[in-house]
Amino acid sequence: MGNPNKAKAEKGIMRWVDDRFPATQMWQEHLSKYYAPKNFNFWYFFGSLALLALVNQILTGVWLTMSFNPSAEGAFDSVEYIMRDVEWGWLIRYMHTTGASAFFLVVYLHMFRGLLYGSYKAPRELVWVFGMTIYLVLMAEAFMGYLLPWGQMSYWGAQVIISLFSAIPAIGPDLAQWVRGDFLISGITLNRFFALHVVALPIVILALVVLHIIALHEVGSNNPDGIDIKQKKDEAGIPLDGIPFHPYYTVKDLVGVAVFLFVFCVVVFYFPEGGGYFIEKPNFDQANPLQTPDHIAPVWYMTPFYAILRAITFSIFGLDAKFLGVIFMGAAIAILFVLPWLDRSPVRSMRYKGWMSKVMLLLFAISFVILGVLGVLPSTEGRTLLAQACTVIYFAFFVLMPFYTKLEKTKPVPERVTG
Amino acid sequence: MKKYLFGLLFALVPVTAMAAGGASVPHSMDPDLHDQASLQNGMKLYVNYCMGCHSLQYQRFARAADDLGMPQDLVEENLIFSPELAYNDQMHNAMNSGDAESWFGAPPPDLSLKTRVRGTDWIYSYLLGFYKDPSRPTGVNNTVFDLVAMPNVLEPLQGVQELVCAETDHPVKGQEPDALSGRYQSCDVLQVTEPGQLEPAEFEEAMYDLTNFLAYVGEPSKLQAQALAPKVLIFIFIFGVIAYLLKREYWRDIH
Repeated sequence: MGNPNKAKAEKGIMRWVDDRFPATQMWQEHLSKYYAPKNFNFWYFFGSLALLALVNQILTGVWLTMSFNPSAEGAFDSVEYIMRDVEWGWLIRYMHTTGASAFFLVVYLHMFRGLLYGSYKAPRELVWVFGMTIYLVLMAEAFMGYLLPWGQMSYWGAQVIISLFSAIPAIGPDLAQWVRGDFLISGITLNRFFALHVVALPIVILALVVLHIIALHEVGSNNPDGIDIKQKKDEAGIPLDGIPFHPYYTVKDLVGVAVFLFVFCVVVFYFPEGGGYFIEKPNFDQANPLQTPDHIAPVWYMTPFYAILRAITFSIFGLDAKFLGVIFMGAAIAILFVLPWLDRSPVRSMRYKGWMSKVMLLLFAISFVILGVLGVLPSTEGRTLLAQACTVIYFAFFVLMPFYTKLEKTKPVPERVTG
Repeated sequence: MKKYLFGLLFALVPVTAMAAGGASVPHSMDPDLHDQASLQNGMKLYVNYCMGCHSLQYQRFARAADDLGMPQDLVEENLIFSPELAYNDQMHNAMNSGDAESWFGAPPPDLSLKTRVRGTDWIYSYLLGFYKDPSRPTGVNNTVFDLVAMPNVLEPLQGVQELVCAETDHPVKGQEPDALSGRYQSCDVLQVTEPGQLEPAEFEEAMYDLTNFLAYVGEPSKLQAQALAPKVLIFIFIFGVIAYLLKREYWRDIH
């Protein structure tokens, strides 16, 4: 991080601070002299929007915590207390519930951008791995947060997911009990999920976001052409196709922020339940361990993986279907981590990759969406078959990547960015 | 550009594409939270016919009075019956849940959030769906809630309703409509056979008001949200225009 050329010219308070803390240096390294490619397009809004969504979750979460009662007896009532008796409580809560879905939406679009332009490829492997870790922790964070309102779907969703641990041979049942802290989901589970949701995991996520950004700024941002702008610099050492992040991208991202907030507020004010997908209807009934809802579905952002879990309906090598489903679901997320080492294409961007990469990415995106849809629906024979086909495509995208990225003919990459 | 839009389309599908399934209900109603006369009538019906058994544990009288445009003295005189309940209290009732369980088999549920669990169509259809069934301990059954434990407490208003065989406008599964009238033959038609205090149309209207009130109780903040939303959206829109102009100004020299 040490920059020997840090400006010493300024006077007064900044001089005093800079002698003791690298404030100006950090400002320059990460904003005013961080040179980003000038050809960022639509897809590049979602990184800063993810940060905005994170800030929204933390701020609204802090204020929710002030009135929430993390106990099996009081949780459900306290959520309604927030909705009715706390000043602006309904707005804070809907911003938090809608914010969770918005966060996942922008994160999925942000990840898709990475796939589209090869932002995971060398030298950005760690940027990708840190990002994937954020995504993984974010799913745990969202899962634990969903238990807190203590509604029927909170309870039974958690019951289903935690029972997955019990499918692990030998240690499974004990492990599930250890996670719950009880023989079934109870106030004990609620309390520990509350602690993890509001303290432990947010700290981990914030730390990972810092790592994600430091790693990114160390190697520089990728761009839609997937070329390295640092190859062509002017006499001053500034990339010819680079522009300072501040003010150019801060002001551009503000436009993205406005569009995002507009859509976000339309949902918060007019459709806070998101048609039953952001807040599921059974969750307006208090958790009842004696009454299982007709149909248990996770919230939409988890459903692709839930569909993969349910798609495994057969047993092989003496492993039963449920355990295999857990393995496949875990593998579906784990395989994303090694993506940088699966892509052996000489180019980064989909613009210059061959037709096989394009077809595979398209099939992958379609099957991911279909899995997401199937995950909220009750399973039927036909749907299970479709889920199995989509699971095969999902994994084929990754497993075959070393071959199709190597085999296909790529297009020549331009010297400079093309806009 | 096409492929970006394509990608975005896919990304958005899981949020919007599927409507939640569920058993079909015969009637539908759209709540109107700005119809204060309807909401007030609904509340009147609620405290007179429902609240003895079904509490609204999250709804305060005072909040309802404010939101529905009723003065405090009128509410205290006409809508709060229990001497133990004050104007600022939530709408609890005096029924002991142990007693309720032995009388009905299960304690009558609190209805604060029922419109959000079941939907207003279901509640409205349920209220209209009671019919005479001598095989039941209460003498009634319900078309959308089979073997319901609740007696038809609205019978004085509605009269006695029975399931009869008759012609109906509602399509019947596996049946072609009559060529002349375009109607169907069905033995699932509800008909009032002994009139009550209200005509069938008046009763439907009363049940609309009652359901409307329960829709309000399910989410009182909806009124505030709808009042605030345009101001927030206009603010964000203006902010967006300024941000865009600022961006264009800064980017003028980037090619």
